[in-house]
Amino acid sequence: MEILYENLLKFQWQDIVMILLGCLLIFLAIKKEMEPSLLLPMGLGTILVNIPGSTALLGPINELYNAGIANELFPLLLFIGIGAMIDFGPLLTNPKLMLFGAAAQFGIFFTLCMASMFFGDIDAASIAIIGAADGPTSIAVANTLGSSKVGAITVAAYSYMALVPIIQPPVIKALTTKKERMIRMPYEQRSVSKTTRIMFPIIITVVASAIVPDATALIGFLMFGNLIRECGVLDSLSDTAQNVLANLITIFLGISVARNMTAAQFLQPDTLLIMGLGLVAFIVDTAGGVLFAKLLNVFSKKKINPMIGAAGISAFPMSGRIVHKMGLAEDPQNHLLMHSIGVNVSGQIASVIAGGIILSMFG
Amino acid sequence: MNMEFIPARFVEQLSKMGIGMLVIFVVIGVIILTTLLINWLFSKK
Repeated sequence: MEILYENLLKFQWQDIVMILLGCLLIFLAIKKEMEPSLLLPMGLGTILVNIPGSTALLGPINELYNAGIANELFPLLLFIGIGAMIDFGPLLTNPKLMLFGAAAQFGIFFTLCMASMFFGDIDAASIAIIGAADGPTSIAVANTLGSSKVGAITVAAYSYMALVPIIQPPVIKALTTKKERMIRMPYEQRSVSKTTRIMFPIIITVVASAIVPDATALIGFLMFGNLIRECGVLDSLSDTAQNVLANLITIFLGISVARNMTAAQFLQPDTLLIMGLGLVAFIVDTAGGVLFAKLLNVFSKKKINPMIGAAGISAFPMSGRIVHKMGLAEDPQNHLLMHSIGVNVSGQIASVIAGGIILSMFG
Repeated sequence: MNMEFIPARFVEQLSKMGIGMLVIFVVIGVIILTTLLINWLFSKK
């Protein structure tokens, strides 16, 4: 009879809390549709690894973690899928938009300074990369650096990516006037040659990797996916990368990241601090992009709607759409979508470069 | 886990902030110039 309750007696309150957290992640994924592709497997994985005596932790989840997270393979493979999904067309018609993608990475380095007041260099740098607003980059960088906070960092990164529609608008409104938000930016349709579309991922890979070699894997796999998309002769591979590969790796990534969601690793006083610093990163990213646009307006005769600077974070395509909606709300004739999406995809590039810079500084 | 609050570390890391942002802008700047070049070279007439 002991066999019926023997394991139940091993439950501690911390295990119960983590199981409830797993349930919360699943609830957010299903009911609120917050990044369901990651939060749902993470949620279930969290439940699995916090049951006393669970064979899931030591067995398959551990194997998946070693096979794809510990060696950064899963995030890189996911980048192939993400690269295949991205259309750089709006950016190629106006490459200067990439400057806003660069500016919107300011939150990473500001959060590095903030986090350094509480954590050592490795953990501070890993927390800072939450500001990349990119799950695979956050996981890859935190793992490469050997941070012990990967679980909290992953939860923070994906949660705030899903909360971008709530985080960004108040920051944008606080930093801009109504007049600025109503600045119109007419879009001039320009075609981009196929050769340019093919050359672009190759050039980005060479340039970024030559200057920041630690970004080679991240940028290379992202641009590989894009090259598959743009070459025009690998439609089936492109389709596979965007759908089957991306979905498969997302499943493995979500459930294997849960290895770091044990009570011992997650229920630490600093977890709340990490969540707070992650929020700071997103807010300062948004502010950095907006303020950079306002700075350019001081010197530029052709005014830029400063809201598009906020789209420079890597939460694609959500951030671009938010800026477009806010523009329409101020002026129904002001269509900012092509500009904001162009800035948004540049944020994807800049965030990966920022990840490489963090790795070169602290790796 | 021991967590100390050391405000001086914020100032110590400011140089890394400066270097990091500078490198990002340099890389992005080179990419922009290269993209403008390939746009010019391969633009549809």
